[in-house]
Amino acid sequence: MDSAISAGTQGLLLGLSNLQLGQVALILLGSFLIYLGIKKGFEPLLLLPIGFGAILVNIPQAGLMDEGGFLRFFYEVGVLTEIFPILIFLGIGAMTDFQPLLENPKIILLGAAGQFGIFLTLLLALAVGFDKLDAVAISIIGACDGPTAIYVSSKYAPHLLGAVSVAAYSYMSLVPLIQPPIMRLLTTEREKRIVMGVEKRPVSKSTKILFPIVVTVAVSLLAPKGTPLIGMLMLGNLMRESGVVERLKHTSENEIANIVTLLLGLSIGATMEAEKFLRAETLIVLALGLVAIGLDTVMGVLFGKLMCLLTGGKINPLIGAAGISAFPMAARVAQTEGQRYNKKNYLLMHAMSANAGGQIGSIVAAAVMLSVLAGMGIV
Amino acid sequence: MGIWSFGVTVALIGMTGTMLVLWIISLLILLLKKIFPENAGGSKPSKG
Repeated sequence: MDSAISAGTQGLLLGLSNLQLGQVALILLGSFLIYLGIKKGFEPLLLLPIGFGAILVNIPQAGLMDEGGFLRFFYEVGVLTEIFPILIFLGIGAMTDFQPLLENPKIILLGAAGQFGIFLTLLLALAVGFDKLDAVAISIIGACDGPTAIYVSSKYAPHLLGAVSVAAYSYMSLVPLIQPPIMRLLTTEREKRIVMGVEKRPVSKSTKILFPIVVTVAVSLLAPKGTPLIGMLMLGNLMRESGVVERLKHTSENEIANIVTLLLGLSIGATMEAEKFLRAETLIVLALGLVAIGLDTVMGVLFGKLMCLLTGGKINPLIGAAGISAFPMAARVAQTEGQRYNKKNYLLMHAMSANAGGQIGSIVAAAVMLSVLAGMGIV
Repeated sequence: MGIWSFGVTVALIGMTGTMLVLWIISLLILLLKKIFPENAGGSKPSKG
C-alpha cells in the first residue's frame, strides 16, 4: 500500500521533477510572445497561439509532440503537408483588393525590388555557414510574408520552422520601427517631398475577374513551384471579385482563415521544444531575418529612386519601402513618412499599389527561387 | 556545386526572374485593361 501511494505521488510530481531550465526559458518565451500579442498588438492572431503552443510543448512528460500527441497530429496534418499555409492564402486572396495595383500596374515592379532582400540574405546565410536549404528557409523571412516563410521552411528545413516563423511574424509587426530610419537615410529632402497626384483610373469588372486567372496561369507557367501559393491566393481573389460565390468567399476569409490560423499558430509553437529551439543558430536566424527585412527596404527605396529618376521625379521613392508583403502596414509607413515631410502629401494609394505588388512579389520570389532550385536538382 | 556558385546563381536568377515575372504581370494587366476598358464592362444606358 505504501509503495502504491509513493508511486502515485511520484506520478503526480513527474512533470515538476523533469522540468529543465531550457523548458522554463521556452515557457517564459511563449509567455512573452503572448504578451507581445495582447499588450503590444504585435500580430496577436498568430503570436498568441504560437506562444501558447510553445508553452504546451515544453511541459515535461505531456508528450504533445510525441507519436499520438495532438500537437504532433496538427503539425503532421497541416504543416508538414503545407496545407495550412496554402489555405491561409485562400483567405488572404478573398480579403485582398488588388484595385490599387490594377489602377497603376507599373508600381508592381516595386513589389519585385522589395523582395531582393531574400536573395541577398541567402548569400549572408551561406556566408555564416548554413547549408543550402537552411539558407533558403532563412532567406525567405525576407518575403515578410508568414505563410510563404512557413511553406518554404516546412518543406525544406522543418527544424528551422519555429525560428523562421517567429522571426517572420515578429518582424512583420515591427515594420513601423524597422523601415522609417532606412527610408530617411536613403532619400533626400527633395525626394521625400515629392507629391504624387491622385489619378483615378477605373478598372472594369471583367479585368478584375480575369486578373486572378491570368496571373495564376502566367506565374505557374514561369515558376511552377509556386503554383499552390499563387493558385490559392488568386482563387480567393476570384471568389471575391466574381461576386457570385459570396458564401465561399465569406467562409474563406472568415471560418477557414480563422481555424487554420489558430491551428497553424499552435503547430508552429509546438516546434519550439527547448532542446531544438535553444541553440545559437536560432539567434542567428532571428538576426538574419531582421537583416532580410532591412535589405528589402533598402532595395525597395533604391528602386523607387531609380523609378523617380526615370519618370522625371514623378514617383516618391518612399513608396518603394511598401514593396514588401506586410499589408497594409508598409503602405501606412510610407504614408506617415511622406506626411512627415509634406503635410499635403497623400502617398497612401500609391503605397497600397506597391504593397499589393509586394504581396504577389513575395510569392513570385519564393516560386522563382524554388523553381530555380528544382532546375538545379537541389529540391 | 560550391556554396558560392550556388548562392550567386540563385540570387542573380532569383532577382532577375522575380522582376521579369512581375513586369510580365504588369504588361498583362495593361493588356486586360486595354481589351476590357471600364466603360465597355459597365452597364448599358437605359432606354427612355
